[in-house]
Amino acid sequence: MMKKLILVLMVSLIGISVQAQEKKNKNAKHEIEVNGNCDMCKKRIEKAALSVKGVKSAVWHIDHHDLHLVLDETKCTIDQIHQAIAKVGHDTDKVKASDEAYNNLHGCCKFDRKQ
Amino acid sequence: MKKQIIGFVFLLISSLFFAQEKVTGKITYDTNQPLQGANIYWQNTQIGAVSDENGNFSIPFSSENTILVISYVGFKTVNLTITEPKFITQNLEFDTALDEVTLTKVRKSLQKNYMAPANIQTMTSKELLKAACCNLSESFETNPSIDVNFSDAVSGSRQIRMLGLTSPYILMTEENIPAIRGASQAYGLSFVPGTWVESIQITKGAGSVANGFESISGQINYEMIKPHNDIPFFLNAYGSTDSRFELNTHFNKKVTDKWATSLFLHGNARVAKNDMNDDGFLDNPIGKQINAINRWQYTDAEKGWVSFVNFRYMNDEKQTGQVAFEPNRDRGTTNNWGSEIKTEKLDISSKIGYVSPEIPWRSVGFQNAFNYHKQNSYFGLNEYDITQRSFYSNLVYNSILSNTLHKFATGLNFTYDQFSENVNQIDFSRIDNSVGAFFEYTYCNDDDLSYVLGGRVDYHNRLGVFVTPRAHLRYKPFEKTTFRISAGRGKRSANIFAENQQLFASSRQFQILDTQGRIYGLDAEIAWNYGFSFLQGFKVFGKEAEFSVDFYRTDFQDQVVVDVDNSPQQVLFYNLDGKSFANSLQVDLSYELAQHFNIRTAYKFYDVQTTYTIGQIERPLQAKHRFFTNIAYETHVKEKGQQWKFDFTYNWMGKQRLPRTQSNPEEFRLQEFANPFSVMNAQITKTFSKTFEIYVGAENLGNYQQKNPILGNNDPFGPYFDSSMVYAPVFGAMYYTGLRFKIE
Repeated sequence: MMKKLILVLMVSLIGISVQAQEKKNKNAKHEIEVNGNCDMCKKRIEKAALSVKGVKSAVWHIDHHDLHLVLDETKCTIDQIHQAIAKVGHDTDKVKASDEAYNNLHGCCKFDRKQ
Repeated sequence: MKKQIIGFVFLLISSLFFAQEKVTGKITYDTNQPLQGANIYWQNTQIGAVSDENGNFSIPFSSENTILVISYVGFKTVNLTITEPKFITQNLEFDTALDEVTLTKVRKSLQKNYMAPANIQTMTSKELLKAACCNLSESFETNPSIDVNFSDAVSGSRQIRMLGLTSPYILMTEENIPAIRGASQAYGLSFVPGTWVESIQITKGAGSVANGFESISGQINYEMIKPHNDIPFFLNAYGSTDSRFELNTHFNKKVTDKWATSLFLHGNARVAKNDMNDDGFLDNPIGKQINAINRWQYTDAEKGWVSFVNFRYMNDEKQTGQVAFEPNRDRGTTNNWGSEIKTEKLDISSKIGYVSPEIPWRSVGFQNAFNYHKQNSYFGLNEYDITQRSFYSNLVYNSILSNTLHKFATGLNFTYDQFSENVNQIDFSRIDNSVGAFFEYTYCNDDDLSYVLGGRVDYHNRLGVFVTPRAHLRYKPFEKTTFRISAGRGKRSANIFAENQQLFASSRQFQILDTQGRIYGLDAEIAWNYGFSFLQGFKVFGKEAEFSVDFYRTDFQDQVVVDVDNSPQQVLFYNLDGKSFANSLQVDLSYELAQHFNIRTAYKFYDVQTTYTIGQIERPLQAKHRFFTNIAYETHVKEKGQQWKFDFTYNWMGKQRLPRTQSNPEEFRLQEFANPFSVMNAQITKTFSKTFEIYVGAENLGNYQQKNPILGNNDPFGPYFDSSMVYAPVFGAMYYTGLRFKIE
């Protein structure tokens, strides 16, 4: 009896914790590092991030290269944003832009790429 | 002992010896002016010197150091290679890059916005100090977008106009709560002391739907000084040659880290009777005003709460008319013509704002205001009393649609106005109330395009159910180029007596020709406003310049026509039957001639026409052409805040059509048009320190005076008396002085 009770308790606990993991935040805050130089980069980066459906807010800071994001996790993942930014030519801390995309950047936007 | 002396001598000699091993020199700038305080040091060492008041310096030489660095903030740093002790002279060049940075830090006193979808200008408190400015009605004198009329001889208060339309067509709000409306329309601006105001935002053309449906030609919002940003003590005293005196005292206290409170006390008085033109009438009223406000602000930035509570009381008394008029003896008689206006105001308002700290684009605002306004007055034998009790409530919610490029604001408003109004014993009391909801969508691509689409639906017990649409678009193809277009509808009920009370000071009979409407027998006023503007910033000889042109048209679909042309013995009110419009064109150019030396010029063209009983003609007392110039110069702020400021404003007004007086006997006729004239104002401010400054100024330096401001002044109870036709200064040149004292 006692064992069963414990088992039920444990199962329900696990259930709760699983649910807690699955419960997605509609206003999740994320910060990712994006390499860039100037105001033109800022517009391009923010525009790319906002083009991902589910991204509510994207603010990139020139001085420390942080992109502050607020996103709806039920609609998109953080990886999609890394991809979208790399696609327009900017390297993130996870995804590097293709050389072709990087080379298409405006002269003043060609940031120093990390190896 | 001997050893010690030898040692001492040796030390002396060695120091002498070292003294010869020095690099000396002189640092200059510009046209070889000595530069004091420049840093001179050997690169990568602690060995350094500072130049003295003659620019001279000396620094020990050693063969290990060869690069001498000379630097001074605002100048280009110079590296010199020095291999032997010698004398050098070095002229430093201005660091232009840095110069630009410091320039942009100087906030403009009048700011035009390149980003906002609507055509909004911000006047900062610095701009407000430029006018003789004792109250809000006088603070627009240096702003070409607002035309300030000359005070009529009776009330002494000034009416303002925007886009060629008088103030009732402008929505005026105090921290976004509709403020100067209804009973306070005529004199309300003079009940707001200028020192209380922190900034003014002027929106030309159709404004936002958030504040209601009443605005037609534009919106003026004024923000008062916030207790949290206020200084502990401020004092302003003012006196002028037209015997007006003002005293403003502000007290502020931070009660806790979240609560702050301010108490503003204002008093003004005009003590002596002035009659410069010897027409037997006062040029401006004598009177006194007491005005007090107590504000409380609660701020909890961490949790995102801001709240305000305001309590305000005002009492204003004015007396004017013939110099010989004695109220106690002559009121209600024809001994002498006189007028008294007594106003009492009580306002209580509150505001609660919440911005989510987690989700910064989400905010809620809730405003409530209660106003009590009571005016008892008589103008000769005309009696006019009005009391208005109002309650206003506004709930606004701001958020986004999908992402921050798509924002919206939505909310509900409720307005209740109870008017008790008596015109010569005839009761016009009424209750108005309205409830409405609005939605405003703003798109901004964070780059060259943004637009606002707004709409509201209101139910008003007299105006019915109606929709108010408004739209703004901003296109900014380049960094300093902005195009804007706007369109919108406005609707309002005209308070015909309160808005035209200067006409009581005449022998005109008031007549309302329509009876079917719901407001004094008249219909509501409905107008559409369309606008276009272009703003371009550029540089001439490295100095900032700004050019702007805007055109607005207001088209009245329905209007309450105020007709003073049908007969000089009448004023008629009737519903518009025909066309009525106001076209306004303004061309602005501002330029920074030199550092701290700015010039602003504007040309304005107005074509304002209405269909009267006598046909479609120009609206009276409106100049078609106006020209404006303001020149401002200030010296560099010195160490303790010492500074001089100079300001000069020139206004030229073209001819104005005067109300028709042809049917009067010849001696009581006016010309068809008033002559063009100009008015010059100037002000000098000397700041002695961060706590104390003195200003002196002059208004109407050229001493221009309207010759006969009062028609029929010899027989004020006869049929030809009219003191409402004022188009130019009545009082001649006026000089004033004042001081400001503050503790920060």
